[in-house]
Amino acid sequence: MAELKPLVQLDRVRKEFGAVVALEEVTLDVYPGEIVALVGDNGAGKSTLVKLIAGVHQPTSGQIVLDGEPVRLSSPSESQRHGIEVVYQDLALANSQPVYMNMFLGRELVRGPLRQLDRPRMAQETRQLLDELDIRIDSPRQTIRDLSGGQRQGVAIGRAVHWAQRLVLMDEPTAALGVQETKRVEEIILRMRDRGRAIVIVSHSLDQVFRISDRICVLRRGRQVGIRATPEVDADEIVSMITGLR
Amino acid sequence: MSAPEAEHQAGTSHVGADRIRSVLTRLRRVDPRLYVVYVAFLLILVFFSIYLRDDGFTSSQNLLNIVKQTTPITVMAVGLVFVLSAGEIDLSIGSVVALSSLVAALTLRDHGMVLGILAGLGVGVGAGLINGFFTTVLRLPSFLVTLAMLGLIAGLARWVTDLASVAVVNERYANVFGSGSVGPVPSLLIWSAVVVALGWFLFRHTRFGAHVVATGDNTDAARVTGIRVARVKIAVLLLSGTLAALAGLLYAGRLQSATYTLGEQDLLPVIAAVVIGGTRLFGGTGSVVGALVGSLIMGMLNNGLILMGLSASGQMIAQGVILLTAISVTLREPRGS
Repeated sequence: MAELKPLVQLDRVRKEFGAVVALEEVTLDVYPGEIVALVGDNGAGKSTLVKLIAGVHQPTSGQIVLDGEPVRLSSPSESQRHGIEVVYQDLALANSQPVYMNMFLGRELVRGPLRQLDRPRMAQETRQLLDELDIRIDSPRQTIRDLSGGQRQGVAIGRAVHWAQRLVLMDEPTAALGVQETKRVEEIILRMRDRGRAIVIVSHSLDQVFRISDRICVLRRGRQVGIRATPEVDADEIVSMITGLR
Repeated sequence: MSAPEAEHQAGTSHVGADRIRSVLTRLRRVDPRLYVVYVAFLLILVFFSIYLRDDGFTSSQNLLNIVKQTTPITVMAVGLVFVLSAGEIDLSIGSVVALSSLVAALTLRDHGMVLGILAGLGVGVGAGLINGFFTTVLRLPSFLVTLAMLGLIAGLARWVTDLASVAVVNERYANVFGSGSVGPVPSLLIWSAVVVALGWFLFRHTRFGAHVVATGDNTDAARVTGIRVARVKIAVLLLSGTLAALAGLLYAGRLQSATYTLGEQDLLPVIAAVVIGGTRLFGGTGSVVGALVGSLIMGMLNNGLILMGLSASGQMIAQGVILLTAISVTLREPRGS
């Protein structure tokens, strides 16, 4: 990994809410084609860290560095402009709209001088993307409401992959899914990694973390306890890092 | 088939299969709310055509009258499709009609046609912006904001002429907005057609329309994908206020007078037309063409019941019953959602 440049660098990022320190000095580099799992107990600061990268919050001190340049991610759309996409736990899909409209939500394709919606092209590009990621949906023209939970998460992830030039952030992407659907979503995540995107995933399931991640970043009470390469640790060590007990 | 065409075919055959599959899925899960309005339209048309065959219901004169009389309802309904689809509501439209007609008539009398039209429309723009401000900046429910505005504007409409009617004597104005015609086509018919066509295009074929339904469908999802939700909500309220003002101008043109009672009874038929036409009351789905057909249904009922000789009270009762029936068919959520 030495010759690769990190896609996203967090440099001593700190976040305070008033007198409360939610996150102190997290330093993390994420490289193309790797999955970094963010683990920790409730209140460890995982969500805060995700929101800093997503542009929802801004760090109190420290820097977020993209391509060697420090950037200010002042809003979610600013993050999106830098190629960072978030897959939210609660999906963020419009349920009465077709799959392809969700794929292009807020960034619809238009054609002609009247700037008409180019529905056929959006449907076609959605079809291609779904096929590439092997997300099994009958038709991009189906409405979200008619899909299963796993298919919906597939659409949400597909949308992130489509727009993320740099990084996909996933906050508990399989928390609401059954065993089979979780397996399928994990396969999608692995295929996404193979496309060279960097992935940061928040997960409560250590099994999942060990199945799919390349490195594990452990937070405890807002502090970064350590980063380990997944093949070089076992679950016991991670658990003791999470809990602080030996 | 030429070679490039064949290649194109091959490239899109997957999409073609998608279409077929999606048509099949759609047929299987067809939402009754989407077609019931057309069936109802035909049933009511057939019923009145048979029942009132000797009373001239189907005469072209009478059918044209129905369309002409329904024009203000249709115009308001188009605006309300946008508002409801965005998950908001505008209860103030009826009183905007009254105030805009009065302001237009007064300005018309003293300062000419162009200023009259602008002043009338200005009432709607103003009402829409105020509704939008309170709904988005102060984050109040549009139901309450526009209910308050309904009272406020209705009061203004009474105050502005102290309950007096204002005659519209400007003939050119009356031609454009009411009794006139272009060749054989009545101007009111043209107004209906233009507003519906523009509304349909805006709703169905522009990014703005897509953002409206997305906002009403899942506001948070719309926001995180970068849609400016507050701007969308202000825009739909502005649109419905402006179209209500246009409806006021049309009333003033057709009746050649303006009064504070105009539009007073219109809120219910407009909401009914929109909802029967397949627009969800709570946002996320809407249909401009459905609203047009819904509005024509309301017009047919009105006209047919008069021809049947029902008294005013009988008409109101019949309308209420029909509305309840229509709403129970169209508003019931499909099972499993």
